[in-house]
Amino acid sequence: MSHNVHEEDVLGKAYDGRLMRRLLAYMRPYKFYVSLAILVLLLSSFAQLAGPYLTKLGIDNFIAQGNAGGLRTICVLYLLILMVDAIFQFCETYLVNWIGQKAMFDMRSQIFAHIQSLPIPYFDRNPVGRLVTRVTTDVSSLHQMLSSGAVAIFGDIFKLVGIVGVLLFLNWKLALVTFSVLPLLFYATFLFKRLVREIYRVIRLRIARINTFLQENVSGMSVVQLFRREATNFNKFDRLNAEHRDSYLQTILYYAMFFPVVRLISSLAVALIVWYGGGRVIQGALTFGGLVAFIQYADMFFRPIMDLSEKYNLMQSAMASSERIFKIMDEKSEPWAVNRLHPRPNCRGEIEFRNVWFAYKNDDFVLEDISFHVRPGEKVAFVGATGAGKTSLLSLLLRYYDTSRGEIFLDGVNIQEINPRDLRRYFGMVMQDIFIFDGSVARNIRLEDSEITDEQVRNAARDVHAEHFIEKLPQQYEHAVLERGKGLSVGQRQLLSFARALAHDPPILILDEATSSVDTETELLIQDALQRLMQNRTSLVVAHRLSTVQNSDRIIVLHKGRIREIGSHHELLARRGLYHQLYQLQYAQQERQQAMV
Amino acid sequence: MLLGCWFIVMTNLVALLAPWVLKHAIDDLKTEINNAVLLKYASLIVAVALVEGAFRFLMRKTMIGVSRHIEYDLRNDFFAHLQKMSQSFYREFKTGDLMARATNDLEAVRQVTGPAIMYSVNTLFSMVYFGVMIYIDAKLALLALLPFPLMALIVNRLAQRLNKAHREIQTQFAAITSKVQENLSGIRVVKAYVQDQGELRQFQKLNNQFIDLNLSMTKTRGLMMASMALLVGLGDVIVLWFGGGKVIAETLTLGELVAFFAYLGMLTWPMIALGWVINLFQQGAASMARLDLIFDLEPEINDGKNTDLSLENIRGDIEFKAVSFSYAENQVLKDINLTIKHGTTLALVGPTGSGKSTLINLIPRLLETQEGEVLLDGRPIAEIPLAVLRSSIGYVPQETFLFSDTIHANIKFGVESASLEQVEDAAEVSQVRADIHDFHKGFETMLGERGINLSGGQKQRTAIARAVISNPKILLLDDSLSAVDTYTEEAILKRLRDIMRERTSIIVSHRISTVKDADQIVFLEDGQIRESGTHHELLRKGGLYARLYEQQLLEEALESFDMTEEVEP
Repeated sequence: MSHNVHEEDVLGKAYDGRLMRRLLAYMRPYKFYVSLAILVLLLSSFAQLAGPYLTKLGIDNFIAQGNAGGLRTICVLYLLILMVDAIFQFCETYLVNWIGQKAMFDMRSQIFAHIQSLPIPYFDRNPVGRLVTRVTTDVSSLHQMLSSGAVAIFGDIFKLVGIVGVLLFLNWKLALVTFSVLPLLFYATFLFKRLVREIYRVIRLRIARINTFLQENVSGMSVVQLFRREATNFNKFDRLNAEHRDSYLQTILYYAMFFPVVRLISSLAVALIVWYGGGRVIQGALTFGGLVAFIQYADMFFRPIMDLSEKYNLMQSAMASSERIFKIMDEKSEPWAVNRLHPRPNCRGEIEFRNVWFAYKNDDFVLEDISFHVRPGEKVAFVGATGAGKTSLLSLLLRYYDTSRGEIFLDGVNIQEINPRDLRRYFGMVMQDIFIFDGSVARNIRLEDSEITDEQVRNAARDVHAEHFIEKLPQQYEHAVLERGKGLSVGQRQLLSFARALAHDPPILILDEATSSVDTETELLIQDALQRLMQNRTSLVVAHRLSTVQNSDRIIVLHKGRIREIGSHHELLARRGLYHQLYQLQYAQQERQQAMV
Repeated sequence: MLLGCWFIVMTNLVALLAPWVLKHAIDDLKTEINNAVLLKYASLIVAVALVEGAFRFLMRKTMIGVSRHIEYDLRNDFFAHLQKMSQSFYREFKTGDLMARATNDLEAVRQVTGPAIMYSVNTLFSMVYFGVMIYIDAKLALLALLPFPLMALIVNRLAQRLNKAHREIQTQFAAITSKVQENLSGIRVVKAYVQDQGELRQFQKLNNQFIDLNLSMTKTRGLMMASMALLVGLGDVIVLWFGGGKVIAETLTLGELVAFFAYLGMLTWPMIALGWVINLFQQGAASMARLDLIFDLEPEINDGKNTDLSLENIRGDIEFKAVSFSYAENQVLKDINLTIKHGTTLALVGPTGSGKSTLINLIPRLLETQEGEVLLDGRPIAEIPLAVLRSSIGYVPQETFLFSDTIHANIKFGVESASLEQVEDAAEVSQVRADIHDFHKGFETMLGERGINLSGGQKQRTAIARAVISNPKILLLDDSLSAVDTYTEEAILKRLRDIMRERTSIIVSHRISTVKDADQIVFLEDGQIRESGTHHELLRKGGLYARLYEQQLLEEALESFDMTEEVEP
């Protein structure tokens, strides 16, 4: 089994000033609440320090003096402070989390909005899963740092400083004697944390291996059984399992050692206090109460030190996360050029490609020297074998990609000069892979455009014959579509996407026809819906249906990235060229089937 | 385990001594005392801590250690059990579900066997502190302990609520994740319809719900922590108030009061733990039930009392006698009668879902016949030891499954003793050897997540190599050449024919070219045999098979047309 780097979370520095400054910027809107949280934290730390001191007062001033009334006053005061502290603690917890949640909300929204604005080539390079992790898991680890890390660090330091201060105030000599165990405590804690951190990293790796192995074997169980590999695989599993157990036994060993050691150190402090402090009491330099308070304070030291070393972990992973997040935030968005086009109702839908070349990578051109002109309202079909460049051509029009050479004009304006958001509003698009969103049928038609009325949604669905199946759904238009349109047939999904395009009523339609076959009845519905969809608008269609090519005004035949033939269906057939051959291959059978229907 | 309990008892007994020493030290301070006595007390405190520490160390090491050993055993048992389960089990339980049981549920059970038991035993024995407190002053002890039951109750109640809130938060987090996933997968549509603002609003709505859930959990947690601090402090106040009064009244010494404080402090954690532990037990019980559900399922396909364990070899005559098979309500095979003589080839053709794979799966007993009988060499298939049966079969499943291991290890999957030469030979038969040698690391190339991805055709050919390396008596190819081009397919079939001369083969395919040379071709539709015969017989018959043949001829012609197409404009 090979060790792999990408399984491990690579951790670096626990603090990076540059990243920290950017992170703190997200706290800025909540400055007031942050200060409030710190104030409450301070107060609560003080309140917690008060307990042993009050005990001391009670013992020295009242118990020793035999003043029962005074003792009662002290007790009531103690109780009050406890209650106030409880309130402070609650407020602090809530406030800190509230700030953290708000800041994370802002950050998540910003990252999400930013990722959405990135150009399509970015999505070609980066798998979706990785981007999802940025918005979700990475932000969560930042939240952890903000809510239980950053603010709590202040609290721990306050507490430590407070204890040191009170002890020095009570008796500075005894305080110094007591502090002599502190370096030991610090050392033990940080050593322990380091050991444990390392072993936990190994454990995460090993449990991941167990789970990967298990997952793989469960998925391929029939193969395992057929090839009678049960024994061998069991041994493998056993080995992984044992490795995991042994790492854990090691952590148990560390923990089992650590806790007694800490107790030993604090006992050492108590012993020192008894020995040295006891001597002082005899000499009258220290009161009984002071001695008791000392013992109680010494016990309180341990918590904040333990917490501080814990925070180190949090900070490390938060820094790693913010590094990854800011890397995305620094990616350039799509170009938002100036809008130079007339408002939409006047868009005529005239398109011109002028000597357009395009390559996804380097000089690997998928489109070479493409020039054509589409008049407003014209229906143009693009045909060609797979890989001829049809889909790429349409992607350029929407500015998913920019041309390598040459220009594209919409109503005579170079699309480079149009803000992509505005540009895309002129197009209705139906892709080959129909994308169905989670949510109701109505939402899938309307999307987030609240200007489209329910009436328009229904009309659009009726016009493209989607109404039949929608009305058969349990909740009709409000029916929630399952993930990615599961439960809808291929044909139904197509009709739904037609309704979506129609409802948005774009001046220009871009259609990449799906090749998947549907039953004859649905096929007829789709063909009719397509005609309605293309009515009264400029349409550019990558065609797989005979009916679509037959009904288009012009056909552009692409082959290996170049335009080979342009003309109407009959003209091109008569020419007996490339189109004729493609027709034989792709459409002739459809014609025969149509004849049969 | 018992040893662990003993360590717990010892830890607590020794821990008991520490405040006692302190009490004596302080009480002695009241009277005359010198530095030597103080030093004695100081070293006693350290000595007690040392001995206690040693026991505490042993306690944790044994008790928590045990739980890791139990976890290990349980996980091994779970895996071993899964290996025995048949395909119908895997139809019912999805991988994700089984993984959840093997991870989350297993951990919950471990928590019970380790920490939960340790802390509850610890809490039980920490009652000795209480005993000592009663010994010092019974009334004060009872008063001081008043807040404790409340503490355990609050921890238990709120911990339950926290658990529930935590689950809700996880669900909401999953919803956010899938929203982002959906949006980014459909980014082209989102951009085309300029929906980014609306999508952002939706995303923010989910996030706002997420915040609400989180803050409500924060409230519960804050409440729990604050009330804990209050209750712990309350105990101190009670001791100070009443104990202090008693010291004034001289019915209690100052040393005893200090010891009281110390014992109270020592009881705090076990009490808090009690509430938490109850919760662990509840979760652990639920999880164990989920694990037991799997453990209680008997593997249905196994050697039984009719199995003839003396059998070591088979010849390879297969017969289906009136076999029917259903998944739940859905009948997949109806009254199948078939005889396949050893050394002959049967080809199965027919539309998707006609029952071809199910039929094939009955032979290695991946599925069990429900009606009728499958006979091998004339005897019911259940009489043949499963190990003998499966080692006589080379099977290439429809969906190629290769493991994240080297190609070498994948090919010799069924025959571990196979030499490199045998592996190469098998790869040669399946025409994948040259491909593999083209890889940088050859046969040692890693596959899967941590290695390279083979193409569909390469995967299928590797799976064929894996099946033929053991020289099986029966070879089952379930549409295993679909991703291989026709030319390579022809080469593979030719090599297979050579080595399969004495063996029985069953080939499922959609391609006529694959099946046309078979001794017997069966056309399945809706789980029934519609036609059977040789290629020529079936063509002559002019039925379903003949129509399939015509269609494919047409497609081939069009394909070759496409290849010659090269026209200048």
